[in-house]
Amino acid sequence: MWQALYQELNPRGLQIVTVALDTGGAEVARPWIEAAKPEHPSLIDQAHLVDELFGIVNVPSGVWIDEDGTIVRPPETAHPAQPNYQNQQIPPGASEREVAQISAVRKLRTDAEAYVAALREWVDRGSASRFALAPEDVLRRSRPRPAGEAQAAAHFELGQHLHRMNRVDDAIHHFQEAYRLQPDNWTYKRQAWQLLEPGQNAMEVYGSDWLTDVQKIGAENYYPPVDW
Amino acid sequence: MILETLEIDPAQLARRTGWEIKPEGACKGERCVPLPATGDQRTNARVLAGRLGMPLVHDEPSGLWCLGPEFGGRALVDVRAPDLVLPDIDGREFHLRSLRGSKVLLVAWASW
Repeated sequence: MWQALYQELNPRGLQIVTVALDTGGAEVARPWIEAAKPEHPSLIDQAHLVDELFGIVNVPSGVWIDEDGTIVRPPETAHPAQPNYQNQQIPPGASEREVAQISAVRKLRTDAEAYVAALREWVDRGSASRFALAPEDVLRRSRPRPAGEAQAAAHFELGQHLHRMNRVDDAIHHFQEAYRLQPDNWTYKRQAWQLLEPGQNAMEVYGSDWLTDVQKIGAENYYPPVDW
Repeated sequence: MILETLEIDPAQLARRTGWEIKPEGACKGERCVPLPATGDQRTNARVLAGRLGMPLVHDEPSGLWCLGPEFGGRALVDVRAPDLVLPDIDGREFHLRSLRGSKVLLVAWASW
């Protein structure tokens, strides 16, 4: 998905590194990576270290790092192009749920145009770009971490670890705790939903699923708009 | 950080959290937090969790513990990018630091 932008901006000095936040590791990410044929580093973060290090709660999120290794924009909603799923049409005979799902997806705000325009400006102008933030603004805009959210991170890490040990029911308990402590962390819950066994249902196990939670906050708020 | 016992391996702690156990206490960058002067209390997860403001969560069935990230502040406490080391799909390790000298866009995505 980022390959086209890499081709455009790498000659102008930009490196792109993509990281798959996937407890399932390389095997689940591989089909996407092989289809995208990236020439840039494309990494696998099986333990979700990047979410914890930077404070990422949904994907796709982008972080800008300058030549000196200084973060100049903290994690923000980052789309290189408008996703195809946003043009999805409601097929004839769609169920009520399918209609709701497609309508929600169409309402997501991705704003790729503004993201790419800002990125291009930073690539060309560097620290003179108004999009390169001062250190105090980078820190201030990163996510607060109150005690409950730190605890949620610990439960999520335990959940992943237990899942890898095949202690699936114990893992679910910790994913439930992570969800209870930080219900707006989409990374935790979407990952936990994906790890369900065939035949298990997110609503039954976690009392939530993507559509229900998106409808609760309003699909237009799912990807927080970037404050340029 | 997953723990099998409450005794912390200082090397693992440093790798995972950036906190190093030194004679003056637990230190990260310029900052040092005092620890008990001697003995195994210095590497006890409960003591460290209390002093550093980290949650310590237990999983009874497996006996495992998890020491979570520091709370009270923000996810980013330093604008210097951490030295992230992650593998690609073929297991080859990549160091984010190797791109020093270029602008970098780091993108998190997922298959889910």
